[in-house]
Amino acid sequence: MTTLLAVEDLSLGFATEAGFASVLDRVNLSIERGQVLGLVGESGCGKTTLASAILGVLPRHSVRIAGGRILFQGRDLLTAGPAFVNQTIRGRAITFVPQDPFTSFNPVFTVGAQVMEIMKWKSPRRAAPDWVGRLPAFLAPYPSPQRRSDREAVLELLDAVQLPRPAQLLRKYPHELSGGQRQRLMIAMALLPGPDLVIADEPTTALDVTIQAQILGLIRRLASERNVAVLLTTHDLGTAYEICDAVNVMYAGQDVESAPVDKFFAAPAHPYTTKLLASLPRADGSATGIPGEVPVMIAPPSGCRFHPRCDRAAEQCRTARPSVEQLGGGHWVRCYRPHRAAP
Amino acid sequence: MAWRRAVQRFLRDRAATLGTALILLLIVAAVFAPILSPFPSDVADFHTAHRLRPPDSINWLGTDRMGSDLLSRILFGARITIAIAFIAVGTALVVGVPIGLVAGYYGGWASNLLMRVSDIFLAVPQIVLAIAIAQTLGPSIENVILALSITYWPFWTRLVYAETRSLKNEVFVESAIALGASPWRVMVLHILPNIASAIIVRTSIGMGVTILTAAALGFLGLGAPPPAPEWGRMIAESREFLPEAWWYATAPGIAIFMVVMGFNLLGDGLRDILDPRIRRGIGAK
Amino acid sequence: MRRLEMILSRLVWFVPTLAGLVVIVFLISNVIPTDPVRVALGENATLAQVEAMRVKLGYDKPLAVQLARHFRDVLSGNLGTSIYSQRPISEDLAKRLPATLELTLVAIALSIALGIPLGVVSALKRNSLLDHAVRVVSVSGLAIAAFWLAMQLQFLFAMKLGAAPLNSRIDGFGPEPITGLFIVDSLLSWDMESLGSALSHIALPALTLALPAAATIVRFTRAGVLEVINSNYVLYQRAMGMPPGLVVWKYVLRNALISTVTQIGLIFGVLLTNAVVIETVFDWPGLGTFAVQSILQSDHKAIIGFTIWTGALIVIFNLLVDIAHSIIDPRGTR
Repeated sequence: MTTLLAVEDLSLGFATEAGFASVLDRVNLSIERGQVLGLVGESGCGKTTLASAILGVLPRHSVRIAGGRILFQGRDLLTAGPAFVNQTIRGRAITFVPQDPFTSFNPVFTVGAQVMEIMKWKSPRRAAPDWVGRLPAFLAPYPSPQRRSDREAVLELLDAVQLPRPAQLLRKYPHELSGGQRQRLMIAMALLPGPDLVIADEPTTALDVTIQAQILGLIRRLASERNVAVLLTTHDLGTAYEICDAVNVMYAGQDVESAPVDKFFAAPAHPYTTKLLASLPRADGSATGIPGEVPVMIAPPSGCRFHPRCDRAAEQCRTARPSVEQLGGGHWVRCYRPHRAAP
Repeated sequence: MAWRRAVQRFLRDRAATLGTALILLLIVAAVFAPILSPFPSDVADFHTAHRLRPPDSINWLGTDRMGSDLLSRILFGARITIAIAFIAVGTALVVGVPIGLVAGYYGGWASNLLMRVSDIFLAVPQIVLAIAIAQTLGPSIENVILALSITYWPFWTRLVYAETRSLKNEVFVESAIALGASPWRVMVLHILPNIASAIIVRTSIGMGVTILTAAALGFLGLGAPPPAPEWGRMIAESREFLPEAWWYATAPGIAIFMVVMGFNLLGDGLRDILDPRIRRGIGAK
Repeated sequence: MRRLEMILSRLVWFVPTLAGLVVIVFLISNVIPTDPVRVALGENATLAQVEAMRVKLGYDKPLAVQLARHFRDVLSGNLGTSIYSQRPISEDLAKRLPATLELTLVAIALSIALGIPLGVVSALKRNSLLDHAVRVVSVSGLAIAAFWLAMQLQFLFAMKLGAAPLNSRIDGFGPEPITGLFIVDSLLSWDMESLGSALSHIALPALTLALPAAATIVRFTRAGVLEVINSNYVLYQRAMGMPPGLVVWKYVLRNALISTVTQIGLIFGVLLTNAVVIETVFDWPGLGTFAVQSILQSDHKAIIGFTIWTGALIVIFNLLVDIAHSIIDPRGTR
């Protein structure tokens, strides 16, 4: 397997009225080709910010990138030309499934118009001559051979995401579709450009519980069939367990542990991870919370940000952040005193 | 304290502060016109020997076709402007708000009919109906005020009606009714205070619009008859002396602009504090 | 289908609204305690003269009978005879309608062409120098008395610079009358001389009318774009790498325009209002000058006719705006 995306020591934050908020602190992450990676953490831990940073859609005037690299197929997206990233990476090699399918469609265009607009610009069959790039975007032509083959591809994929009567569906407006239908469409739109990586930001939280499992199964199946890597952010360990190959855990803007899914659930090493697993509701319905509060990102705790809530915390946890310790088999942890599995 | 922070925020809003200052200027000009005017008697008197003089050290804003000092006439004109704006808008409020309140509270076919009537009023530009009325009544300040009031109350009825309808289903109103409060008590003590901010904001902007409409009526010769120093009429009089007497129209035009601007800016500022639901930029009607 | 239903229901309302308008204008001119006969005949008329005139004009009948007659007259298009021109009032109004229509339509087009791009750019470059300048100008545009602005533009461009004609609608006889709109007619008959003359004459009055309208459009477009620009569907398109210009000028604008389009109906009313006053300043031979002439002549019937026509124009225009609204916003939540 080869590394598709590698985030290296990424640090960034936002200028707010109350001061500078350090939202990501030297975060690392890597995804192999075709791998489904779960990015797990409580809400507010920075996982959506990380996903947006990879997509390059953080608000330009308030974000401050303090350091690090985002290497996609060996190229640093942070230093590559914005026009290049917009034309060849975003929406082509890396696509996006949003959190809320209700508000992510433009309400005043038919879904068909919106799907075809994506295809016009991002279809893998697109072969735009040079002069097209110099036209204002709304004057750019959509050659009819491409339009026809794109439309066929769209209908085929709508079928693959189990949307019946796709031709009729495309003529409808977003408000005429159910949440499940919209999210299936979003998944289809993410796969149509033939990407290498799909970033799915909590793709099921806005949906009915009954539909969540279907959508997750769909993502898993299509990713495997097409050898597409998926970065799935979620606050739900159950989701991660069901469809991911590997899991990355974040806490308050720091990465704490990463492991293939079997090792992760069998032998969690970081105290935060173990507490997170313990806080899952058990079969009898009881659950244990994690004592303490999620820290604010303005003036966060020093060292390992989990130390105020950690019962294994020592003096060194307060002063310096631990470095990555490899536990073997692709499992690593950032902790001075991790739980160690019996040999 | 909440109101204190609101006042601070209002003062920090430079535009709103400027608006308040402009309105205070208008009030000061109107109240102290006899003291501030260099030639108070020029409101009625004329000195044909001094006619159409450009601004100089004696007549700061120049003189008009009768030789009267324009600055003095504009200061006294502020009184007419204030009288028209406050009385016309006040009358429209006094008539329109209670009707809207009662209609919105009770509903029923009579209220529906009433709203249809106000729709028809609102379908026609205010000035068109006002022209028809003012012309029938003959030119005078009282008739201008009457024409503007008659054509303006439906706007308030509509506004208050809609707000009352939506408030009537709020929990606090329903509980007051359930506790046995009389309809009048509910309307005056529970509903009216909650729509007051919307009314205040629109009153401020409505003042500006009313002043513009009144000036247009004056310009068309439907306002106060001469020699009243009405700003719109002064601009109309100046037309035949362009391009030579450029100052003649300039002064009353800027006076109108400053006052209307003052009410608009104040309205925008009040809206930000009192009524954050409505977006900035919504016109008066 | 739903759009058709909406249009039909509006059309059904059109009739009672106009009827209501006729009644209200009639009542205003009759219930108000002045005697139109006395006004018409002057102070020195004898009592017998007044009585004779009263019978002749039908003022001796009960109010309900007068109203019924009035309705009959309005329905048959008979609004009486103008004192000013000595011709039937509806004929006069019909002859002057194209001039006012041309002026207000050019002004609306101008204000849209100015207001929408400025509103979008000012929202995109929020708090920039341009944004502040646009906001100051748009606040000022709503505070200027239109007739005063008209005179200042005349003073500057016509009298001082000589860049535009001072007044009237065209030099010479104008193009062959087809629609009555000089710009359209001169294009249809390919009369370039008339076209140039018509355009130069309409420039100043249209600009005067367009400025306050553009100010309103700028404010609404700016607010609309600011509301939409951070929405999830814009974020989605950006995340999918769609061309930024396309996202703004096609997708953001379409949503931002929903509230602006609603405003254009109101703006048309304001334009027509201002046109009444401005046409006089520019000697524009439209409905406005007719109304002002009638006021000066105390021509009662002419003013009633003018009010009914203007009200009808606005009701029709609002119907068109509603249709445009239903096309631009398929949700039909209004």
